[in-house]
Amino acid sequence: MTKTNTPKPARVRKSGRRSPLASVALIAIGLLFTGGAYALFSTSTASAQTDASSQQTIGEGQKLFASNCATCHGLGAAGTGSGPSLIGVGAASVDFQVGTGRMPMQMDGPQAEKKAVVFTDEQIAALAAYVASLAPGPAIPDARYLDAQGDSAKGAELFRINCAMCHNVAGAGGALTEGKFAPALDGVSAQHIYEAMITGPQSMPVFNDMNISPESKRDIITYLKYLENNPSPGGYALGSLGPVSEGLFLWIFGLGAIVGLTVWITAKSN
Amino acid sequence: MSITKTTTGVVETTKTNGGFTGAAANYIDERTSISTAVKELGRKIFPDHWSFLLGEVALYSFVIILLSGTFLTFFFSASMAPVHYEGSYVPLKGVEMSAAMSSSLNISFDIRGGLLMRQVHHWAALLFVASIGLHMLRIYFTGAFRKPRELNWVIGFILFILAMAEGFTGYSLPDDLLSGNGLRIIDGMVKGIPLIGTWISFLLFGGEFPGEAIVGRLYSLHILLLPAIIIALIAMHLLFVVVHKHTQYPGAGRTNQNVVGYPVLPVYAAKAGGFFFIVFGVVMLIASLFTINPIWNYGPYDPSPVSAGTQPDWYIGFADGALRLIPPGLEFVWLDRTWSFNILIPLISLGLFILVVLIYPFIEAWVTGDKREHHILDRPRNAPTRTAIGAAGVTFYAALWSTASSDIIATHFHVTMEGVIHACQFATIVGPFIAFFVAKRVCLALQKKDREIVLHGYESGRIVRLPGGEYIEVHQPVDEYERWKLVSYSDYKPLMIRPNDQGKITTGQRLRGGLSRWFFEDRIVPVTTTELEQSHGDHH
Repeated sequence: MTKTNTPKPARVRKSGRRSPLASVALIAIGLLFTGGAYALFSTSTASAQTDASSQQTIGEGQKLFASNCATCHGLGAAGTGSGPSLIGVGAASVDFQVGTGRMPMQMDGPQAEKKAVVFTDEQIAALAAYVASLAPGPAIPDARYLDAQGDSAKGAELFRINCAMCHNVAGAGGALTEGKFAPALDGVSAQHIYEAMITGPQSMPVFNDMNISPESKRDIITYLKYLENNPSPGGYALGSLGPVSEGLFLWIFGLGAIVGLTVWITAKSN
Repeated sequence: MSITKTTTGVVETTKTNGGFTGAAANYIDERTSISTAVKELGRKIFPDHWSFLLGEVALYSFVIILLSGTFLTFFFSASMAPVHYEGSYVPLKGVEMSAAMSSSLNISFDIRGGLLMRQVHHWAALLFVASIGLHMLRIYFTGAFRKPRELNWVIGFILFILAMAEGFTGYSLPDDLLSGNGLRIIDGMVKGIPLIGTWISFLLFGGEFPGEAIVGRLYSLHILLLPAIIIALIAMHLLFVVVHKHTQYPGAGRTNQNVVGYPVLPVYAAKAGGFFFIVFGVVMLIASLFTINPIWNYGPYDPSPVSAGTQPDWYIGFADGALRLIPPGLEFVWLDRTWSFNILIPLISLGLFILVVLIYPFIEAWVTGDKREHHILDRPRNAPTRTAIGAAGVTFYAALWSTASSDIIATHFHVTMEGVIHACQFATIVGPFIAFFVAKRVCLALQKKDREIVLHGYESGRIVRLPGGEYIEVHQPVDEYERWKLVSYSDYKPLMIRPNDQGKITTGQRLRGGLSRWFFEDRIVPVTTTELEQSHGDHH
């Protein structure tokens, strides 16, 4: 796009101060810079993940755990009457539960609900490292499965077969028994979606790698990100809830407008 | 024309008298004698009230459905032959689906205006059934179904059922996940009928569900048979409206022998014609701004997945709700057959409900024994028992209807699914009785208030001290026009049971007497002229 567009203004402003290639160069530099920064950043997170297992991080995590989580999960994370054992749940589980704000739990209820995140990323990483050090468990997923560049058609099919019965075909969420519910998936990060699949938080079943391969999980994430980034082609989606919201809209706004117009059309002119 | 003559002073021959229009009209009339019909229809009087336009809304949405539906038939292929989708919607590329689904997707994404037309068709269908429903409620609560209009009520109600059938067959055509799930529920209901159910299901689907025949069959019904019957019945329905003349609300100068309103030509026809475009405009606006039935999200039908939030369109909701309400454990094996009372109970109760609504005019006519023609509508309060029965029916329907969205209610109001179901069970069974009682009492209270106003006028709030020292509040008498509305309604008394020719009182008579007592034992009689004169005497 930039290449095809730049020659035109260049011909017009031959005597200009800037070289016609200046904008191209500028964009190239910009891209290089952001790309480089991104690469640097991702390597730095990767290295952070490798240090995460260092004894110091684990120690920090243990301290955080003792002061914030041990009341329910027990000092050794072995669980108490009010919270399950966390031995073997893995770093992915901690990252999901704490990273979405579900843990620490605000109150007892049908299920822990998403809320504002309490800890910083470093603290979450430390907690995850501590819990992961107790026993092997699902690790934080590799970034290559989270890029949302997979096959969305395959992802959509897998989503409809495995996920839609609770989360709705458009990921709008749905009801479960006894006040529990499958949350809406709009705005959930790729990493958290992946972690939910491998750890099965709360009522959700575990979809391990034998069940849905990491590549297929990437496809599912691709589909969900497609839904998130592409607005409904038909106009405002009414929450993607299906015929209930359509019917409600028609009765209230559609028929409401029509009845208002019938009143208007039969009103006596003054 | 006469003005032209006088101003120009030229006497023209009859032939050129009306100009081109006149000549053309004359030409047509000489060959078709249409002027008789135009004279008759054009001078037909229609009273003006917003609630009289609801049926028109239904008619207009039906026209919109026909227009948009015709467009859709140009591109839809009603075949369940498997194909691989190669259109432009990325998350379905290469997915195997039926030709029906693939062509629906092509209509949505690759045919110019196709998605708009699909949405116009679907929104107009929802509006069609909704406006029929509202129209029916208006007819019911104003007693417009009384003699001579009982048959037109039956025709209208059959139209309502056919509209639901049209809706359901249309909903099933794209062969997406949602429509397949809907068909599966119907299949289950059919299979739940003892003895014949399984046979009927196999006949319908051409083998085991889903088979490869159902979309083609539903398509024939959807675009050929059902619309033909609907059009025929609409024609009859409108013919009856012309024959019976339109009903009117009570008011000064309005009687059972006249109709007060505007003639069809020119005022009413212009209004009605313009109103078509208004309805079309509203549907277009909704269709262009709001998604309906995003089949691309649902994907092709596959018998294994069911999405959360799978519901039928609103008008089938009451049946879905009835299935959701049934408690578990009602299915058992007896005589080597499975008896699915979890399906039979909803089927039978809905069948009875529909039957009662269908024949209600005849029931009421039998109970009242009223053989007179009624062209003046009842104000709902002046028929308390009828209004109360209607309120009970609406409550029953609404409870079933809301049950169909039990899961959405649970997630959006943060309550438990079980709690919603139990609340809806209560509302379905006890709700109608509460609604009956409340509505009847409200009607009687309103009638009492009307009577009070007629006899004593409005309280003006002005306190006057009489010369004798007595304080009275001055009542402002109601004006004569208003009074007409308040006093002119037909009053019924409970029937006396009388022995027949053989001197016997039959069971039918007893039942009729009992029903009549139940209908009319609580009543507020309209103010009589004598009472009115007396009350005037009190105040002057």
